[in-house]
Amino acid sequence: MNFSVLQFPASNCDQDAVHAVRLLGHSARLVWHKDAALGDTDCVIVPGGFSYGDYLRCGAIARFSPVMQAVKQFADNGGLVLGVCNGFQVLTEAGLLPGALIRNRDLQFHCENIFLKTATNDSPFTSKIPVGKILRVPIAHGEGCYFADEATLAQLKANNQILWQYCDVSGNLADSANPNGALQNIAGICNEQRNVAGLMPHPERACEPLLGSDDGKWIFESIFAALKNKTVAAAA
Amino acid sequence: MKAKIIITPKKAVLDPQGKTVQTALEHMGYTGVTGVHIGKYIEIDLAPGTDKAAAQKALNEAAHKLLSNPIIEDFKLEIE
Repeated sequence: MNFSVLQFPASNCDQDAVHAVRLLGHSARLVWHKDAALGDTDCVIVPGGFSYGDYLRCGAIARFSPVMQAVKQFADNGGLVLGVCNGFQVLTEAGLLPGALIRNRDLQFHCENIFLKTATNDSPFTSKIPVGKILRVPIAHGEGCYFADEATLAQLKANNQILWQYCDVSGNLADSANPNGALQNIAGICNEQRNVAGLMPHPERACEPLLGSDDGKWIFESIFAALKNKTVAAAA
Repeated sequence: MKAKIIITPKKAVLDPQGKTVQTALEHMGYTGVTGVHIGKYIEIDLAPGTDKAAAQKALNEAAHKLLSNPIIEDFKLEIE
């Protein structure tokens, strides 16, 4: 499978994403923000960082880059898109995912390992995560507090769009396990069509035991499986 | 000509900066402060002789699309 990892000025998790995908046996390449086409791509990763210095608002400027127009088209055609951290912020600003990410409630930048509960296995990003498995993955953000109005939240729940929530080590959605004040402990969501997802934690930084956890690989394995099914379906 | 845009967080949105400043004001002894909301102020220089109504329309659109995020922020636009 071919992964395209976007590269904006001040992206800083782009290389990690490429490394993780290659480590797990697939091919990945970087796509510059000024490129208007993605090329041969099965899945797009919008990586973490501080795109365009996060001027104005996180992700606000990146949304207008040429490559994002190509990503929108790719997503509209059903292509899989995963936004990590700043990438999640870019996708909400671009309107590809509902809601917004605002300043952490304690005004602190959090760089730590957290625990994630997978709210549903029914998505191309979560299907291979073992049921009941609590994922231990790192976060590193100052503006990760998920916000959406009540109507949007109700819709997210009704459509099963909440994919991951912050929890404690036993899987309880405790407020004390919520690092940023996100509504409903939301760490990641998908769109209604389920082909675009974003999350604040960094699965690409947790794909090998050497880094302290390889729980992040389950998210990538889910994507690989979804892409494989798609290829089989297309060939049939 | 100048356009002035004031962007403030929506009431329903958590504003930890505002809350922290409010607490600091209270600690300093300023009483009667019932809320602090911290936003952004953007000044845009416009070419002399710009049509005010057209600028109002264009900047209103720009404020919706880029300068503010309508999900979490409100804005006020003034041209003078």
